Amino acid sequence: MRRTIFAGLIGLVFGTGIAISGMANPAKVLNFFDLAGDWDPSLAFVMGSALLVAAIGYFFVLKRDRPILEPRFHLPTNRKLDASLLAGSALFGIGWGIAGFCPGGAIPALGLGESAAWIFVAAMLVGIAAAKTARDALRPRVAKTV
Amino acid sequence: MTEFTPLVSLLGGALIGLASVLLMAFHGRIAGMTGILTGLLPPIAPDWAWRAAFLGGAIIAPALMVLLTGYDVGFASPVPTPWVIIGGLIVGVGVFFGSGCTSGHGVCGMARLSPRSIAATAVFMGASFVTVYVVRHVLGGF
Repeated sequence: MRRTIFAGLIGLVFGTGIAISGMANPAKVLNFFDLAGDWDPSLAFVMGSALLVAAIGYFFVLKRDRPILEPRFHLPTNRKLDASLLAGSALFGIGWGIAGFCPGGAIPALGLGESAAWIFVAAMLVGIAAAKTARDALRPRVAKTV
Repeated sequence: MTEFTPLVSLLGGALIGLASVLLMAFHGRIAGMTGILTGLLPPIAPDWAWRAAFLGGAIIAPALMVLLTGYDVGFASPVPTPWVIIGGLIVGVGVFFGSGCTSGHGVCGMARLSPRSIAATAVFMGASFVTVYVVRHVLGGF
C-alpha cells in the first residue's frame, strides 16, 4: 500500500514537471525540433535540467544497498546496441516528429482534457500492444532457429 | 510560434529529474513512461499497482495544477487528427522495440551513462529533427 501511495505522489511530481516544462504541448515540442523555422530552444533546458538532477540524484541513491520500499534496484542489464534498440528508437523519433507527443509528454496531457492527447495515447497503446503481440509471436520461432 | 520559456522549462525539467530520483530511491525503478505503461498492457505485470498509481498521479497533476493555481499550461496541437493517429501508432511500436522513450532513455538512462540509452536518445532526437524538417520544409505540412 505504501508503495502504491508513494508511486502516486511521485507520479504527481513527474506530471507537474511535464506540464510546467512544456513537454505536454505538441506545438512547443515541434518548434523545438524545427531548427529551420521558429525555433523554440525551451526543451533543451527541460532535458538539461532533468538530466542534471537525475544524474546527481542517482549518484547518491545508487550507492545505497537497496531502495527504501523494495528489496532491490531494478536496473536494465542489457548492454548491447542491437537492431531492435536502434530501429525502434528511429521509429519513435519519426512518430515524435510527426505528432509532437512522446509517451511521457502525452500521459500528463490527458489530464488537460485535450482530445489530441487522448487520440494520440489510444493510438500509441495500440502500437505498443501490437508490437508486444508481434514479438511474442516471433519469439518461439527465433528460439528454434538458434 | 511558441514563446521561449527557459525558466519554467528549467524548473519543469528539475521536477522530472526529481521524480526520476525519487522513484529510484523509493521503488528502485526507472521512471520511464514506456516501461511503466507496457507493464499495464496484457499480459499485465504482477506489480501493476505502483505503475497504475504513478500513471494516475501523472495524469491528475496538470489538472490539479490548473485547478489550484490557475497556471496556464499552454497546449496547442497543430497536427491534423489522422497524423496524430499515425504518429501515435509509430511511437507505440518504436518505443516498444526501442525499450524506452524520452523519460526512460533520455533522462534516466543517460543519467546513469547507459550506452544503450545514449545511443537510443541520439537516434530518436536525430530522427525527430529530420522528421520535422521534412514535414515542414520539404513537404510543406503542419
